[in-house]
Amino acid sequence: MSADIEARVKEIICEQLDVKPEDVSEAKTFTEDLGADSLAIVELVLALEEQFDVKIPDDEVDKIKTVGDAVSYIKSRVGN
Amino acid sequence: MARRRIAITGIGLVSPLGVGTEETWRRLCAGESGIGRITRFDASEFTTTIAGEVRDFDATKWIAKRNLRQMDLFIHYAIAAADMAVKQAGLDPSSGGERPDPERWGCYIGAGMGGLGIIESTYKTLLEKGPRHGISPYFTPSVIINLAPGQVSILHDCRGPNMSMVSACSTGAHSIGEAARLIERGDADAMLAGGTESTVTPLGIGGFCSARALSQRNDEPTKASRPFSASRDGFVLSEGAAILVLEEFERARSRGAKIIAEIAGYAANADAHHITMPSPGGAGAARCMQLALKDAGLLPEQVGYINAHATSTIADAIETAAIRAVYGEHAHKGLAVSSTKSMHGHLLGAAGSLEAAICALALRDGILPPTINLDDPDPDCDLDYVPHRARASQIEYAMSNSFGFGGTNAALVLRRAS
Repeated sequence: MSADIEARVKEIICEQLDVKPEDVSEAKTFTEDLGADSLAIVELVLALEEQFDVKIPDDEVDKIKTVGDAVSYIKSRVGN
Repeated sequence: MARRRIAITGIGLVSPLGVGTEETWRRLCAGESGIGRITRFDASEFTTTIAGEVRDFDATKWIAKRNLRQMDLFIHYAIAAADMAVKQAGLDPSSGGERPDPERWGCYIGAGMGGLGIIESTYKTLLEKGPRHGISPYFTPSVIINLAPGQVSILHDCRGPNMSMVSACSTGAHSIGEAARLIERGDADAMLAGGTESTVTPLGIGGFCSARALSQRNDEPTKASRPFSASRDGFVLSEGAAILVLEEFERARSRGAKIIAEIAGYAANADAHHITMPSPGGAGAARCMQLALKDAGLLPEQVGYINAHATSTIADAIETAAIRAVYGEHAHKGLAVSSTKSMHGHLLGAAGSLEAAICALALRDGILPPTINLDDPDPDCDLDYVPHRARASQIEYAMSNSFGFGGTNAALVLRRAS
């Protein structure tokens, strides 16, 4: 289940930011490494919300800087 | 001090006749129509089911895939047309050219309506999914008109004046005229100027259907746009973009650029009469043509060709009357007039810049494009409209007329490159 969440989060990242799966490793930052601007991050967050049926508050969004942050945030919300 | 002259050194066209300047021009000279059945959406319930759609347009040739959904189609078209124009002008560093000084290089690109397609689809998702998930964060920058010049400026590093004229069907002409004035005044050395439009959508088509403005000759799409003919029954809505590179003449000449034509004169005025109908006798249009001739320092008989606004509505006869009033005897002796909308339809905000581009190509090649479908001329339309077939004629000056809803008028005068 947990590995499944990780895969789905990465898949959405690839789709939203038009990046290759091999570039989406845990330490990659959305802005510097994957070229996302603030609007692209909002779009990504909305896609994650829809996929996992959660609402991510804006102050939490500010803390999601890397692929790893996104994966662990979604795991923490969906796992419970 | 002598007035700074304006050279056209690049033209980019995306039109129902082709994605590319020479392709569009070749088909215009062959008298072909770009009008067909609407494929973009199911138009079967609408009174008009035909339009001039751009076909075989692959936006990924110009725009990274991830950025496509950040822009409505009218911005895609503008980016493609601007890129073609910049390349033709030899100002693209990726193909060996040198960009103008970024601070002295601007963009005036307008549109009549903006991103209707995304406005419509977003309203639908808003109703389905609500405000949090139903509206993309890119919604606003994807639909507002000045993101066309905004996006183009980012791609070509144009840090000079950047804005959008919005004057309905005169937009493209006003954009070129106002950009030329900037260069003339010394506020810029080069400008990307023109219009773009993409409104083949339910609201775009439907709005003009409701106003009874569109041709309903649905069974004969290529014959539907028939300016000056007695059987004309409305215009045909089209889409696309036409963007020119304008440059200060001496700058263009000294860098050895190929000059396609010059902008020799421009005028803008208003009818102050009615929201959609021209003033009686075409008084506002006539005044605009006179002002443009004065700006160019020309006598009427020096103009050899007019690319008329004529959209295939009752207003064609009013424009004809206005041309007669301005050009006098010359209107019947030596002046050729055609409406290329008979072939490409009405591109709204891009119409004026497409038609100015066509004038520039006519001057370059010594070919006057025809008015097709003129099988049964309206008795009130009695000029030489270059019917059916293009004509070889080496003219020195051409005029392009553009008139829009709101009573807004523009006239441009172009001169053959010398």
